[in-house]
Amino acid sequence: MSGAESVGNEGGGGTEGSDGDAVDRTPVPDADVCVVGAGPAGALVADRLAGDHEVVVLDAGPRFDPEDRLARQERAIRPFYDRPDVWGVGGARDAHENAGDWFYPLNHARVKGVGGSTLHWQGMVMRLHEDDFNSGSTRGVGPDWPIDYADLRPYYVEAERELGVAGASDNPYAPPREEPHPMPAFEPSYSDSLFAEACESLGIDMHSVPNARNSEPYDDRSPCVGYGTCQPVCPSGAKYDATVHIERAEERGATVIDRAPVQRLEHDDDDSVTTAVYATPEGEEHGQEADAFVVAAGGVETPRLLLLSDSDRYPDGLANGSGHVGEFFMDHLFAGAGGTLDEPTRQNHVGFYTSACDQFYDEADETQAPFKLEFFNYAGPSPVEMALSGDDWGDPLLDRLRDGYGDHVAMGGLVEQAPDADSRVTLADDRVDDHGNPVPRIEWTVGDRALDTIERANEIQVEILEELGADVGWVAGPDATGPAYHHMGTTRMSGDPDRGVVDADCRTHDLDNCWIASSSVFPTSGAMNPTLTIAALALRVADDVDARLGEA
Amino acid sequence: MELTRRDAAAALAAVGATGGVALGVRRAGDGGTGDDGSAGGADGAAGDGEGDRSPSDEAVREAMAAVATAVYPDAVSGVESFVDGFLDGRLDGSAHAEGIRAAVAELESSARSWYDAPVADLETAERDELLRELGADTAEEDPHGTTAERVRFFVVNELLIALYASPTGGELVGIENPQGYAGGAESYTRGSP
Ligand SMILES: Cc1cc2nc3c(=O)[nH]c(=O)nc-3n(C[C@H](O)[C@H](O)[C@H](O)COP(=O)(O)OP(=O)(O)OC[C@H]3O[C@@H](n4cnc5c(N)ncnc54)[C@H](O)[C@@H]3O)c2cc1C
Ligand code: SF4
Repeated sequence: MSGAESVGNEGGGGTEGSDGDAVDRTPVPDADVCVVGAGPAGALVADRLAGDHEVVVLDAGPRFDPEDRLARQERAIRPFYDRPDVWGVGGARDAHENAGDWFYPLNHARVKGVGGSTLHWQGMVMRLHEDDFNSGSTRGVGPDWPIDYADLRPYYVEAERELGVAGASDNPYAPPREEPHPMPAFEPSYSDSLFAEACESLGIDMHSVPNARNSEPYDDRSPCVGYGTCQPVCPSGAKYDATVHIERAEERGATVIDRAPVQRLEHDDDDSVTTAVYATPEGEEHGQEADAFVVAAGGVETPRLLLLSDSDRYPDGLANGSGHVGEFFMDHLFAGAGGTLDEPTRQNHVGFYTSACDQFYDEADETQAPFKLEFFNYAGPSPVEMALSGDDWGDPLLDRLRDGYGDHVAMGGLVEQAPDADSRVTLADDRVDDHGNPVPRIEWTVGDRALDTIERANEIQVEILEELGADVGWVAGPDATGPAYHHMGTTRMSGDPDRGVVDADCRTHDLDNCWIASSSVFPTSGAMNPTLTIAALALRVADDVDARLGEA
Repeated sequence: MELTRRDAAAALAAVGATGGVALGVRRAGDGGTGDDGSAGGADGAAGDGEGDRSPSDEAVREAMAAVATAVYPDAVSGVESFVDGFLDGRLDGSAHAEGIRAAVAELESSARSWYDAPVADLETAERDELLRELGADTAEEDPHGTTAERVRFFVVNELLIALYASPTGGELVGIENPQGYAGGAESYTRGSP
């Protein structure tokens, strides 16, 4: 079916997706592993374990029909639809509250359903730097991670292979790597070549950037064909999303149940989780039992589920002996600037960027956060989107489009936010979701170190744009910054059960058979997009689950 | 600039319909055998062209092509076959297709009451006037909104998305690989042709 109006609004209780009589949503008998969440974290765990174990994945959202991707793309282009409408986010299912100093647009920052938020993501995938794992000792900010870059390094290699990463080894600031990326990097863009001259005269280095996006056929998926709407939807499948690993896990025997939001986790008297209680669209409630549980519900729903699972034995919520579940909520802050040149800049052909600058990242200390810079290939308006709003058509519209498109340039950047216990996810007092569970309440606060660093990033961005001869039209500084939609920190990892929710293996301190695969375990966040690290940790979790099931 | 079959196929691909245009064939269901079943006046209306009688595929095509001459810039030619080709894939019995049909019905009904003629028989300037009188110029598109908002969504913007997500439409503006068109992963590396 074609057309933006031919797909549903899942979060609002729409019936699109795989409901209907044919779907069996009853629990799987004798399951070894129950995974909560079918985003990249849950999908990778499930795929890795499915060959040797009976695995069940429960996801709150629907299975999206791949045939509908172009209709979703149309939603991305048409002005009527807000971003959350593209993947049916919103409504009673996804209700939430904001109570902090800073507004957090949660439903722009996630997708629920098979594939999770990678259906919407941009697909930029970098490794964290070595110092990011030791922020406390090298920068004096936050705790050190209980693991090092070296512990994750082999898993980074595997994660790059699993997601399919196009990249090159020309980045002198990147952490050490042992072998090339699975695919060659995308060629620099035309506008990169304009930036390159300006950067060279300023002594600023540009280099390629790793993309979870096919630069050539990979893993039976198409190479990028240039639809240019990567965020929020790639119709060709060139951009990695977690449906890849869900499908593979199912081929290996895993059972994936969609539209099955887990309501709570139940436990026995021996500190083991016994059951994931989930709802179905038919209004039933089922209990999925398993020997091991992996919670991979994203950085907001993961702490929420633990808090919703409180009991007499765990009155403050499951795995919350430390009291830290939900605390230290972090995101990356956006810093950007843009303007126009008096020549064509060739923007909006593709929806991803091809060059970056990590030169300033490791200058970080107590007062300056790590940050990275990005050179955009999608600055300024896209003509087709412009055409759909305005009072004009015919020749006047064409004139307006010619005026508006063609000469924009822009830079972006991400800045680390330091962990702060007051920045947190809790349960709302008197607001519930479609199943009567308290909705997540977000109190997001951002400290001065991040805000000062945004200014520092802006200075460099403006310097580059001016050297380029651009007329600088906008600067997204501390007052105009926003989150990059990376939810981190809410079930932090620590070797000390009083200071963290999970241990160095991402297993909860309090419950022996419960792991968390998510950026919620990050003790500090660095300034690199998190998903490659999430993927590496997920693969490591799978190995630990496998080893412990083998012992039992 | 001439709009081609390739443009129509590209525009269709951009919005998720495949349609006969790619193969150069017309779908068998053409000519009023849509799901609505009311194309032949099954609602018992007198058949005088007024009221909310649901137009046939053929009538939708004619009206849309007529509106396109008003909302497309003068620089493009080949509009009728482009729109026709685009609608080959778009009138596929989906909820969206029925939205187009209903909006065209309302547009036709206004044309008949205000100009005493179907949209296709109006001068280009009158088509422009009709859309403005309906308020489709200032309306923001909304598939569930007022008549003006629905005409904007299902008629005006439907045609504009078809044009500007096609290579020829993009080229008019200076982007041969516009958003929504799978124009490959090389054009972004090159300067202006
Ligand atoms: C617009 C946008 C752009 C982004 N760009 C990038 C980028 O360029 N690079 C990058 O590294 N990251 C990016 N991200 C972030 C990236 O998408 C996430 O880091 C990643 O998807 C997290 O994976 P996850 O599996 O932990 O969680 P998710 O992908 O969010 O998946 C969690 C899943 O759990 C399910 N779930 C939640 N609660 C329950 C429950 N109670 N029961 C059952 N299931 C439940 C949800 O339905 C969902 O499917 C972007 C995100 C957005 C929104
Ligand atoms: S530009 Fe983006 S959306 Fe288009 S094919 Fe490439 S990855 Fe997919």
